[in-house]
Amino acid sequence: MPVRVQTDDFDLGAEAEALGAGGAAGAVVTFTGHVRGGDADVQAMTLEHYPGMTEAALAEIETEAMSRWPLTGALIIHRVGRLSPGERIMMVATASPHRAAAFEAAEFLMDYLKTRAPFWKKEEINGEARWVDAREADDAAAARWGDKAG
Amino acid sequence: MKIVYFAWLRERIGESEEMVDAAGMTTVADLVAHLKGSSEAHALAFEDMAAVRVAVNMKVTDLDAPLAGAEEVAFFPPMTGG
Repeated sequence: MPVRVQTDDFDLGAEAEALGAGGAAGAVVTFTGHVRGGDADVQAMTLEHYPGMTEAALAEIETEAMSRWPLTGALIIHRVGRLSPGERIMMVATASPHRAAAFEAAEFLMDYLKTRAPFWKKEEINGEARWVDAREADDAAAARWGDKAG
Repeated sequence: MKIVYFAWLRERIGESEEMVDAAGMTTVADLVAHLKGSSEAHALAFEDMAAVRVAVNMKVTDLDAPLAGAEEVAFFPPMTGG
């Protein structure tokens, strides 16, 4: 089950199609994160990561999702580097015979990725750069999935 | 032992990595105390430990973690991916 950390953009449609092709999955769910701009005056966002640990952490999150839900496939793609407002930052996708597992697993992947994947965002606003703070809401969201024993 | 820094820790310290001899240190807390004493920039970076997270050999852990077997220790702010 692939995990990709890359500077390049990705093709959301092609990735979703690939997960649904073959017929094992009746349901494919995707989430895409974009750089927010507009009223926040964010000019750019730069993503830094911990090479080596990032891929391992994302693979672990994916493996856990595969063990908790009956998935035929899961995918995480996360970009790094300097991105502009509107650009795709990352996506997760899940595939399962039925939709409940695909929806829940996609939400799980996002909640865990927000708190356990070593990325750090820096925003450029009005010519000044500042590091984005982690959000307590993200910790709370991850905690609601509980800790799988073992 | 290789120490790596990310985000604003890296900026405050001015280095993305450095090598440290673990002799005499038992836990990550010991390492932090040693690093804080090594320069003002280090002291500034580690000023508020509530804002600092640590990984040993690429696994998130805490200040009580033993340094035995540690090849790489990373310090960084809470993660903001996704």
